Amino acid sequence: MTATTTTTPPSGYLASLLAGQPQLAPSPLGWLNDLRAEAVDRVGVLTVPTVRDEDWRFTDISPLTRLSFQPLPTATPPAAIDLAGFAIEEAATRLVFVDGVYAPAQSSVAAGGVAVSNLAQASVADAAAIQPYLGRLAGFRDDVFTALNTAFLQDGALIVVPGHVALTSPVHLLFVATQPNVASYPRCVVVGGPGSSATVIEEYVAMNDGAYFTNAVTEMVLAPDARIDHVRVQRDSGQAFHIANCAVTLGRGSRLHSVSVALGARISRYNLSVLQTAEGATCVIDGLAVISERQLADTHSSIDHAQPHGVSRQLHKCIVAGAAHAVFNGKIMVRPGAQRTDSAQSSRNLLLSGRAHVDTKPQLEIFADDVKCAHGATVGRLDTDAVFYLRSRGLSDAAARNLLTYAFGAEIIGRIPIASLRQRLQTTLFTATTRQP
Amino acid sequence: MIRPDSPTILAVRGLHATVNGIEILKGIDFTVRLGEVHAIMGPNGSGKSTFAKVLAGHPSYVVTRGEVTYDGQNLLGRKPEERARAGVFLAFQYPVEIPGVANSQFLRLAYNSVQAERGKDELDPLEFDDFVRAKMKLLEMNPDFLDRSVNEGFSGGEKKRNEILQMALLEPRLAILDETDSGLDIDALRVVAGGVNQLSKEDNAMVLVTHYQRLLNYIVPDYVHVMDGGRVVKTGGKELALELETRGYDWIGNENPASAAASA
Repeated sequence: MTATTTTTPPSGYLASLLAGQPQLAPSPLGWLNDLRAEAVDRVGVLTVPTVRDEDWRFTDISPLTRLSFQPLPTATPPAAIDLAGFAIEEAATRLVFVDGVYAPAQSSVAAGGVAVSNLAQASVADAAAIQPYLGRLAGFRDDVFTALNTAFLQDGALIVVPGHVALTSPVHLLFVATQPNVASYPRCVVVGGPGSSATVIEEYVAMNDGAYFTNAVTEMVLAPDARIDHVRVQRDSGQAFHIANCAVTLGRGSRLHSVSVALGARISRYNLSVLQTAEGATCVIDGLAVISERQLADTHSSIDHAQPHGVSRQLHKCIVAGAAHAVFNGKIMVRPGAQRTDSAQSSRNLLLSGRAHVDTKPQLEIFADDVKCAHGATVGRLDTDAVFYLRSRGLSDAAARNLLTYAFGAEIIGRIPIASLRQRLQTTLFTATTRQP
Repeated sequence: MIRPDSPTILAVRGLHATVNGIEILKGIDFTVRLGEVHAIMGPNGSGKSTFAKVLAGHPSYVVTRGEVTYDGQNLLGRKPEERARAGVFLAFQYPVEIPGVANSQFLRLAYNSVQAERGKDELDPLEFDDFVRAKMKLLEMNPDFLDRSVNEGFSGGEKKRNEILQMALLEPRLAILDETDSGLDIDALRVVAGGVNQLSKEDNAMVLVTHYQRLLNYIVPDYVHVMDGGRVVKTGGKELALELETRGYDWIGNENPASAAASA
C-alpha cells in the first residue's frame, strides 16, 4: 500500500465503524449508557485524522479507512482456543478477551483482596470505584479513536487494588485476535489505592494473520504512594491496525513504571499520557519498537509535570529494518510552579537498512525555572568499532551485527519485571534480529 | 625467548596504510618468531596503534603497499574474524562497551567461534562456565563480571583484565596488546602482566604496544622497536627501553634510520 493522503470523507467511514453500535446491549449502569451516548455524539463531530493534522503528520492511517471493520456480535461466546502458548507462569490472574469479547472459560481469577473482573459484570462497589475515572482519564472530546472505543464500551478489564494492598503476582490481560475484519475495542481500567502496588500486563496477540482493527483504551489512576508496573506488549498480525490510548494520573508520591513493546501491526499508534497531579510523583517510561518490511509504529507520549518535585525518566528505542517507519514524539511539559522537576528523556533509533526511516521529536515545554530536564535523540547505524570488536573475537560480520542489534533492544526488554515474559520477548527479539539481512 | 631456529609467525614488509586518505604507516618492516616477546614503543602519533589495528583487520584502515604474512600465508585481505580464528588477537586500547550483551555470552560466542575453526568441540553454557571461571582466577577477576554487560561500567583496569581474559580463552598464536598498560594502577598492572607472562609460550608470540617503559618492568621483551613517523626507526634489546626511559625519544631521530631498519 502506498502512502497517500486520504480524500474519502471521513464521516462516512466513521459512520460505517459505528454501524454496529446500536446493537450493543444496554448496560445496567445508567451512567455507562450515558457515557456511550455522549461518545457516539462526539464521533459524529470528529473526523479521522490525516497527515494534515500536526499529531498525525508522520502517520498516514488512510490504509485503515480503505477497509471495513465491525465488532463481533457480543452474543457470540468465544470458541474455546488453545492459549497455552501465551500463558505467563507468574500471573495467577488472567483475563482473556477474544476479538474484544470477554472469554470467561479462558480466564481465571485468583482470590485475594483485589477486584479483577470483566467490566460488563462489575459489582456495584467496583462500578462505583471506577465511575470517576472511566471515560474521564482518557478524554474523548478531541480524540476520535477514544470516542469510538467509549461508544462501544462493553467488555473490558477492571482492576481495583484497595489501599495498602500489595498484589504479589501480576495480572495478565490477554487480548487475542482470531478473525480478520473484526474491530475490537478493548478497555482497561486500573485503580491503585493509596499505598497499594500491582503489576499489570496488557498483551495483544494474534491467532490469525489477516487485517483487523484493535482500538484500545487504558486508564490508570494511582492514589498517593501507589505503585504500578505496567507492561504493554503489542504482537498483532502484520496486517492489523492497532491504535491505543493510555491515560494515567499520578497522585502524591506515586510511581508508575511502564514498559511498552511494539512488534506487530501494519500500522500501530500508541498515545501515552501521564499526568502528575500532586507532588513527588515518579514515572519511568520505557518503550521499544521492532519493525520491518512496511510496518509503521508510532508512539506519542506526553508527560505532564503539573506539580513540584516530580520525576520522569523515559527511554524509547526503535529498531527499524526493511522499508519500515518508526515515529516517536515525546512531549514533556513542566507547568508553572512545578519546581524541582527532574526529567530525562532519550530517544534512540537504529536503522538497519537504507530504506528504513524514523521521525523522532522530543518536545520540551518548560514553564518553571528551578528544574532539571535533559533530553536527546540519536538516529544511527551500528557502531563500527563495536562491530569490529566482535569480529576481532571471531564472530562473523552478520553474527556481530545481529548480536549488537539484539543488545540494543534487549536493554528495554531487560526492564520488564516478569522473568518468563522477559525471556519470551528476548527469544522473539533474537529471532527478529537474526532474520534481518 | 629468542631461538634462532624458531619459525616466523609474522613477517611485515614495506607496509603502508592510510585512514581517511591520510597515510599513517609509511613502510614498516617487522618480523616476529614464535616464542618471542616484542615491544613497540614510540611517541604519540607514531603509528603504533594503527599498526596494531591494521594487523587485526580494522576496516577503517586501508593498506596501500607492502605485504604481511602470518604463519607463511598472506594476512592482508582476510576478514577480521578470519584472522581471529587463525590465531591473531588484538587486546584493545579502548575495549568497546556493549550494553545488553552479558559478558559470559560474549566470551562463549568468541570462544566457540575460534574452537569451531580449530575443529574442536564447542562448549555449552554450563561447560563454558567452569572453563571461564578457572581462567578468571588467573587474572584475579571476580566471577560477577560474567553476568554484567560486556565492559559496561567496568573500570579501566577491569576492561584490560577482560581483554587478557579473552586472550587466555582464545589462546592466540600472535597476541598484539595495544596500550594494555594505560590506565592501570600498579596492582592491576602487576596482575595483567602476570597473566600475560603465564600465557606466553614457545608456540605463541606477543607484541606489546606501549608508550611507557613501565610495563616492560613486568613483561620482559626480547626486542624493543621504536616507531616514529609511521616506520620502525630503531630496534634493540630490552635495554633500549631503559635508554628511552632516561633519554626520551628525541635522540633517535638523529641516528640513521636506514641502519635502524636494516637491523630490524
